[in-house]
Amino acid sequence: MSSGASANALQHLVEQLKLEAAVERIKVSQAAAELQQYCMQNACKDVLLVGVPAGSNPFREPRSCALL
Amino acid sequence: MCDQTFLVNVFGSCDKCFKQRALRPVFKKSQQLSYCSTCAEIMATEGLRENETLASLKSEAESLKGKLEEERAKLHDVELHQVAERVEALGQFVMKTRRTLKGHGNKVLCMDWCKDKRRIVSSSQEHAVTMPCTWVMACAYAPSGCAIACGGLDNKCSVYPLTFDKNENMAAKKKSVAMHTNYLSACSFTNSDMQILTASGDGTCALWDVESGQLLQSFHGHGADVLCLDLAPSETGNTFVSGGCDKKAMVWDMRSGQCVQAFETHESDINSVRYYPSGDAFASGSDDATCRLYDLRADREVAIYSKESIIFGASSVDFSLSGRLLFAGYNDYTINVWDVLKGSRVSILFGHENRVSTLRVSPDGTAFCSGSWDHTLRVRDGGRWAF
Repeated sequence: MSSGASANALQHLVEQLKLEAAVERIKVSQAAAELQQYCMQNACKDVLLVGVPAGSNPFREPRSCALL
Repeated sequence: MCDQTFLVNVFGSCDKCFKQRALRPVFKKSQQLSYCSTCAEIMATEGLRENETLASLKSEAESLKGKLEEERAKLHDVELHQVAERVEALGQFVMKTRRTLKGHGNKVLCMDWCKDKRRIVSSSQEHAVTMPCTWVMACAYAPSGCAIACGGLDNKCSVYPLTFDKNENMAAKKKSVAMHTNYLSACSFTNSDMQILTASGDGTCALWDVESGQLLQSFHGHGADVLCLDLAPSETGNTFVSGGCDKKAMVWDMRSGQCVQAFETHESDINSVRYYPSGDAFASGSDDATCRLYDLRADREVAIYSKESIIFGASSVDFSLSGRLLFAGYNDYTINVWDVLKGSRVSILFGHENRVSTLRVSPDGTAFCSGSWDHTLRVRDGGRWAF
């Protein structure tokens, strides 16, 4: 029966929602603090954030140096 | 339900119980049958019971959805940008285009970096690796750097071992790994060269063994085309996130095939998803012109990156190494750089002459590459000039 199929689908949905409702959650304040902490800890390694010292940029155009 | 009075003038064998009874016409799936009064009544009550079951299931589903929202809201005690108020603001951003790669004859649709950070694979709407279809929508580099996977309108994901020998025909060594019933929108190798994860317009994701082409696990749950996926960064982690045309982002357990968390706050198709470097959150870019950050442990959206002036969809997103910056390519040809913590835009990058279709930060975080419908790829780097 066509209604049997949708009852099945609804049953799956109910089971899935029960699973999702049972997930363990933490407060946004704690989660946000940890995201921030990760950023701060790794900021110095983030080249796109802090830039590279002039000599070590692999993409920079090679510059010639004239020796006097 | 049965409020008609039947004139019983037929007598014969009931179509259901086959007993000799007075019969009345009944309709089952638009087919006319003749049932005795007992069987007709049983059918009517069964129908009622089924409707009841459907109705009760529907209301259970609604109440569960409501409960889910309630539980999530209880822990929503603060906004991410409030927590980040005391963080030092980022100064002006300067990014320079270091390379403009002009090899494609048509729109660039997808790209991926090799782990050696010096090579890039990109795919476009043409026959660069003699693909049997025009739109190659997905491509990925194998972790070893020795193979690439790509696919698109051919509904398949094929793996090509890489060779720098000009005499070798790459197409000849190709291996078809994945078979979907609709276009392939995204693919990614897992931690090894041996398994590939695919996302498809047929609404499913799937995990395949490269060697045998066997389907290891399939992931059902999206209500429409799946457009993107990203694997969780941890070595031990076995999850991935997918985004689709049903506006949902879903997090999956790769071993069980189960969806463990789902988020539905976008207002249109989700074109791109990318994990935050720590693996505790992921960002999404959507046709609703916003990017959003979802925290997995708080189980909710924690930030929206949008501006009234941005009205075109975001096609591709990626984080910088520390997760502080979110790069997003848009259909208005620009790339916006967002401060992930504060929620503000720190830079807008121009240069492409058509939609930005794909964007990836290099594995070591020193540069990022954007691909566009203007047939080029641009590699940019740069840094902050602190004030």
